[in-house]
Amino acid sequence: MTSYHGMFSALLILVPVLTFILLWIALQGPVVDRITMAGLPEGVLDGLDSGGVQLVLAEIKSVSRGQIFGTPEDWKIAAAGRYVILHDRADWWLFAAVTILSLALLAFARSRVAADFRARQGVEGIVSGLMIFCSTVAIFTTIGIIASLSYETWRFFERVPVAEFLFGLNWEPQIPLREDQIAAKGAFGWLPVILGTIVITVVALVVAVPVGLFSAIYLNEFAPKRLRSIVKPVLEILAGVPTVVYGFFAILVVAPAIRSFGQSIGLDVAPNTALAAGGVMGIMLIPFISSFADDALSAVPQAMRDGALGLGSTRGEMMTTVLFPAALPGIVGGVLLAVSRAIGETMIVVMAAGLIAKMTINPLDSVTTVTVQIVTLLIGDTSFDNPKTLAAFALGMMLFLVTLMINILALRIVRKYREAYD
Amino acid sequence: MTDITNAPAVPRKATSTELVAASLKRRRRKQIRLQWIGLGAISIAFLMLFILVASLVSTGWQAFTQTHVTLEVYVDPEEVPEDRLPRGGFRDVLGASMGQMLPDVDMSARETARAVEGILSNGAQFELRDRVVADPSLIGQTFTMTVPVSDPYDQLNKGLIERETEEVNRRVKDNEIAWFDTLADSGAISKPFNWGLFTNADSRFPELAGLKGALVGSFWALLTCFLISFPLAIGAAIYLEEFAPKNKLSDFIEVNINNLAAVPSVVFGLLALAVFIGWFGMPRSAPFVGGLTLALMTMPTIIIATRAALKAVPPSIREAALGLGASKQQVVFQHVLPLAMPGILTGTIIGLAQALGETAPLLLIGMNAFITSAASSPFDSSTALPTQIFIWADSPERGFVSRTSAAILVLLGFLVTMNAIAIYFRQKFERKW
Amino acid sequence: MNNMRKIERDVKMTDTKITARSVNVHYGDTHAIKDVDVNIADKTVTAFIGPSGCGKSTFLRCLNRMNDTIDICRVTGEIKIDDKDINHKSVDPVQLRAQVGMVFQKPNPFPKSIYDNIAYGPRIHGLSKSKSELDEIVERALRRGAIWDEVKDRLDQPGTGLSGGQQQRLCIARAVATEPEVLLMDEPCSALDPIATAQVEELIDELRQDYSVVIVTHSMQQAARVSQKTAFFHLGNLVEFNDTGEIFTNPSDPRTESYITGRIG
Repeated sequence: MTSYHGMFSALLILVPVLTFILLWIALQGPVVDRITMAGLPEGVLDGLDSGGVQLVLAEIKSVSRGQIFGTPEDWKIAAAGRYVILHDRADWWLFAAVTILSLALLAFARSRVAADFRARQGVEGIVSGLMIFCSTVAIFTTIGIIASLSYETWRFFERVPVAEFLFGLNWEPQIPLREDQIAAKGAFGWLPVILGTIVITVVALVVAVPVGLFSAIYLNEFAPKRLRSIVKPVLEILAGVPTVVYGFFAILVVAPAIRSFGQSIGLDVAPNTALAAGGVMGIMLIPFISSFADDALSAVPQAMRDGALGLGSTRGEMMTTVLFPAALPGIVGGVLLAVSRAIGETMIVVMAAGLIAKMTINPLDSVTTVTVQIVTLLIGDTSFDNPKTLAAFALGMMLFLVTLMINILALRIVRKYREAYD
Repeated sequence: MTDITNAPAVPRKATSTELVAASLKRRRRKQIRLQWIGLGAISIAFLMLFILVASLVSTGWQAFTQTHVTLEVYVDPEEVPEDRLPRGGFRDVLGASMGQMLPDVDMSARETARAVEGILSNGAQFELRDRVVADPSLIGQTFTMTVPVSDPYDQLNKGLIERETEEVNRRVKDNEIAWFDTLADSGAISKPFNWGLFTNADSRFPELAGLKGALVGSFWALLTCFLISFPLAIGAAIYLEEFAPKNKLSDFIEVNINNLAAVPSVVFGLLALAVFIGWFGMPRSAPFVGGLTLALMTMPTIIIATRAALKAVPPSIREAALGLGASKQQVVFQHVLPLAMPGILTGTIIGLAQALGETAPLLLIGMNAFITSAASSPFDSSTALPTQIFIWADSPERGFVSRTSAAILVLLGFLVTMNAIAIYFRQKFERKW
Repeated sequence: MNNMRKIERDVKMTDTKITARSVNVHYGDTHAIKDVDVNIADKTVTAFIGPSGCGKSTFLRCLNRMNDTIDICRVTGEIKIDDKDINHKSVDPVQLRAQVGMVFQKPNPFPKSIYDNIAYGPRIHGLSKSKSELDEIVERALRRGAIWDEVKDRLDQPGTGLSGGQQQRLCIARAVATEPEVLLMDEPCSALDPIATAQVEELIDELRQDYSVVIVTHSMQQAARVSQKTAFFHLGNLVEFNDTGEIFTNPSDPRTESYITGRIG
């Protein structure tokens, strides 16, 4: 069992040292950036917003790499020089710190490892600790999500009243470029945004639920084995297509098709109609619903099938009068999960839905969604100090809460249903 | 209800056998209707997939070739003096050689000359410059060069701009078509495989835009994602499946993992933006941050797959090893984990394939920037394959439509390959206990 | 309606209800039933006994073509009910199963109310023209299933909420609600406690008045208690078929004797 002694020492040294190096690498860049910027001469950053400061930093960095465009000011060249030196020095510090840390740990390990030391327990203790750490990452992720969303949302509500956000009927998240600009304030009422989300979700479900359910019914009871073995993988392909592809499909094929069809029968269809985004989202959800419904139908015990057939029902009657009602709770759970997916789906709507929030439930019109607003508010904007970017986090918070509640409800229904047949 | 009951001659009730027989036809019809509806639903799903793939292929296949023109280039020392390199009148050099190939065109008119030069891609002069810089002895010499034509001519050559369209509504005018036909007749036009699609980074000019930056960015992001999520997920899965005591904490972790798997991806993007970029000050647009975010999203998938794989290892193997005096950890790491590995790898590959197609969180951390060079490290600014698709889909130039489809086909190609590998793993190592 | 059929049946009372000739069943490559010939009488309880896996359930499922629902199962030979070949292509299994009811090993009430469970068969087959007629059918079936008194006040409650024995009697009532002529029972008491078993056995004895009952059981005592005729199956063969008393007291085949004395299990 001597190998355990070696392993114990190795783990005892490697785990802290690697953690240290990772932390150092993650923090070195930001720290050096901050020191560099702090060392700039007084006054050169006056009047710059956070984006402008970022630009200056980027310029200093590119100068430090030797990519010089135009003639940078002298203080920028000086800063670039400091930047390079800081990084070199940081590397040396890292090297020295790692060496000292390793030696100290080695000495510690040697002092612990004697012939009668139970190295295996030591190793297993460390491994256990590592595994527990791994499993807590999920908790930390959840905490991170909740903490970051709450913090930024709170900052948003410092600038915009909660009541305006929750009950306002206007969503115009502009920020003034100048103080005296008209429409300077912007409006942050999320109701039209959530209404648009609901419209698109409903369109998606109208497509996905019937197609998905009837596919599942057919696959589960009527499809010949061979057909089933072809259809299932094809549906899986449909489920594996990235949503950005569906989004492109919506703008390339579906939206123009719906529009020209609408015009041919005299309807006024917006170019980015909710029908296109919702319909394509529905296609995306078909495999999701059909596989859920298929599983739910398969979970109904064979005894129910036997009972129905034994009483002389046709297979169709067995499906509609016994299996489907019996599987209904599971199917409802699956549909709820699909609803949550539809609400949280981003790329299809970012590409195919509109940007302007309107209080309308007309699916031919263009509507916007929560996710569209989150993405458009945050793309290309770096600063965290105006209501526009913070509004995205408030929307994200609502999105997180709504989908979380639906998911919990759905999982509970599904689990109850499974228990009923176990 | 039946003929028998309605028959006035014998006023008796129908027997159940007769009633059943009478109902059969109607019931059979109902079942057949249900079957047809089901078949119809499946056909709709198939049809949609077919239209999706067909529209991508029909618009995308053209982007896998690129129209080129072959030129005799004379590098005039007056236009390109050696001592001024890398500057020089490379554009005029190319214009002159175009003029030679179109002898009927009066190149002295400045506008005409510009238009003729416009046949070539904007990247042609830089290609020439790089060649001359690399080998200054070319100055004063004549050599042949094959360069891409600009997007409108590429589309003309591929038939995407129709000659029948009225001139006003056509991006290539009648005289320009005549020039192009002259070039084509002289055999200067070729349409080889478009290697630039894979070797060029992004560009404002469709004919020069390629996927190299996106591929490299996706590679770094996936590598980061794998290196972080794989060990963490396996550690978590082993702990939860094999060691965790049944208590509140384990339950809480389980609930957390299940919920994380269903959190919208855009929320992970918000997390990354606020925490990684906002609080920790990590760089924007970096594949490393993208990979980190994707790792958080992929972890639940791998954890769930790993736990299923561990569960599938029969208890007899555990009991046998425990009976021989091995410790619980030894049993798990030396006996159970190796047997579960194929299942774990399958789940991991499927998780990575999902991560490869994930777009929204990468948009929020700025991986949709316009970047014309491939990232040399995971900390450089970069795009990724799906965000590149998003950028191109948003670009107004017509040439980007087929590029977008082509990029999607490349992405789908990767996904199919990854899933095929996963299926291969699953089948090759599938054990019958 | 019932009186009329009773008259018809009284005439045929001693008649053979079901005849099977050289029936073979294959499950994939397994030869599950080998050349079985048997005549099953009307208004009689016939028991199929034998060690598990002997094919008695499989043969029972041939009688209402439930084996059709299993893809790999292939049935050959001739089975006639009232001189009509049930495997003939003109016979719809749906109609056959309305005529030949079945009760399964595990009580399997549908997750519906007690009323809807009983009304299921009459509804799908269109046996009633009005709500009151359906009520009547339900009550009659529940009475015949000897469970009316226990459930008459809670017909709208789910059938799955009943006790095991009640559930099984509910399933029997559900089967008789479609007015079948033959009732097949596949180990109907194996999931029940002794008291519930006694109630169901009593019920089976009563059902003999109106139906030809075929019961599969692994309990020889049960066969002895409820049946008039007994068939002993072993390894897919019908070894012996005779009056129940005869089989248990004076078996003619050594295998039967070994089984009833407990040497084959």
